Amino acid sequence: MSNMNQAMVEKYRNDFLKEVKANVEEGDWVQMCMQCGVCSGSCPFGPYWDHPPQELFMMIRAGKREEVLSSNSMWMCTSCYNCIARCPRELPITHIMHGLAHYADRLGLAPKEQPTRKFANRFWDNLVKKGRVNELKLGVSLYFMNGFIEGIKTAMAAAPLGMGMMKAKRLSPMEYFGGHGVKDSKGLDAILKKARQIEDEKIAKYNS
Amino acid sequence: MSKKEYSFYPGCSSQKAASASNYQTSVNSMCDVLDIQLNEIPDWNCCSASIGYAGGGELPRLALSARNMALSEQAHAGQDIVATCAACWLATRETKERLLHDEALMKETNEALAAGGLKVEANQDIRHMVEVLIEDFGYDELGKHVQKPLEGIKIAGYVGCQTNRPFGIAGESFENPKYLDKLVETLGAEPVENYDKKVSCCGGALAFSEPEKSQALIKDIIESAYDGGAEMIVTPCPVCQLNVEAYQDNINAKYKTKFSMPVVYYSQLMSVAYGKSGKEAGLDGQLIAAKKLEDIAGK
Repeated sequence: MSNMNQAMVEKYRNDFLKEVKANVEEGDWVQMCMQCGVCSGSCPFGPYWDHPPQELFMMIRAGKREEVLSSNSMWMCTSCYNCIARCPRELPITHIMHGLAHYADRLGLAPKEQPTRKFANRFWDNLVKKGRVNELKLGVSLYFMNGFIEGIKTAMAAAPLGMGMMKAKRLSPMEYFGGHGVKDSKGLDAILKKARQIEDEKIAKYNS
Repeated sequence: MSKKEYSFYPGCSSQKAASASNYQTSVNSMCDVLDIQLNEIPDWNCCSASIGYAGGGELPRLALSARNMALSEQAHAGQDIVATCAACWLATRETKERLLHDEALMKETNEALAAGGLKVEANQDIRHMVEVLIEDFGYDELGKHVQKPLEGIKIAGYVGCQTNRPFGIAGESFENPKYLDKLVETLGAEPVENYDKKVSCCGGALAFSEPEKSQALIKDIIESAYDGGAEMIVTPCPVCQLNVEAYQDNINAKYKTKFSMPVVYYSQLMSVAYGKSGKEAGLDGQLIAAKKLEDIAGK
């Protein structure tokens, strides 16, 4: 168990809703869910969620901490915003799902092999490196996220598409060497570092 | 009409040799005709889209968009920020609304920005290019520039998710927005009536991490366009465009379909209708050639 997870368990004991409200982005809204199920019925990946949003909200209130945070479910969010547009109580459900996923990952409870968890982390690492996304490197890192052998297979399968994209000048092998980026990367790094620091301090304060 | 100027946030996919570089080519051509000057935000950065959430917490993500807004306020005071990418627009507008809604968040964001010598007020409107076209020009004005009407092409208007929800275009419904259909009509083409997948999700970024689940969604989007008699699909979103165009071979292999449906941007339709060449309309960037548009452009 990660240190942060241990600390949270001790701090909140059986009050998982309180923990979510304090630590999850837009978590304050969870208690407003009226269990109508419109979100679950509106989700394009609905059939693949172990627990659709409405169920997650009830589980949070019921204190099912492990089951929620180690769940595959919120990683199924495609950010289509159907649930936000349709929720009669105007819960920012998309953001709560992102917030739960981020929090679970931070605590080390998210399923390690969850493909969207891996991809979303690689996307963030890719963009902060130079301030802009390097699509080629992101693609290559994606192919190899399940190991080298699997990666060669995936890359081979995707090769025709890659060639098509290069022919259409929508992908360039030159991106592997340098590629696009911001000029003031020092400034951007400093901003992101400070933002992270403020956020960490805030979480520490809630939990002291 | 006189020249209009906007502070422009092009976004990562619009860059040279990136996945939506042909979108940018056509936007430039379209703006040339409409006398729109796009002033690129100096040294803009990625918005982290909607998939950056795992690695970035709330404040680092907001700080990314806030940096762009701060740079825009500095360089292009008084101009609206315009984005062509749905995700760029959404992330930036969401950031603006959260900062204005929450004083503490605004303070923290500025604390972070100060580390890079910047300050944000969030005082510029954040708009999608489609809003600019509809609100600042209007269909009548957009129609006046048509030199080559796109006659005889039936087009399915695929609006998708993020240009539509949660903000959308003023006056349009989330469930059945009509602006793309109206635009298609304005350009002389025929919109597919009752295109039932017009606001369905293509899987977004999960097309990469959950390809099979996403391709099942994409299949329905294309199938419904064929059912409506469409010869091509038009969209305002770079992710929609890529997902719906790029995986047709995979879908054909898995579902035994014979899809070969061109997927273009509204700005490509406009560029061709406005008399620009196929190259100026970015048609050489299609993976599935938009033959009918090429023919009109070549006339």
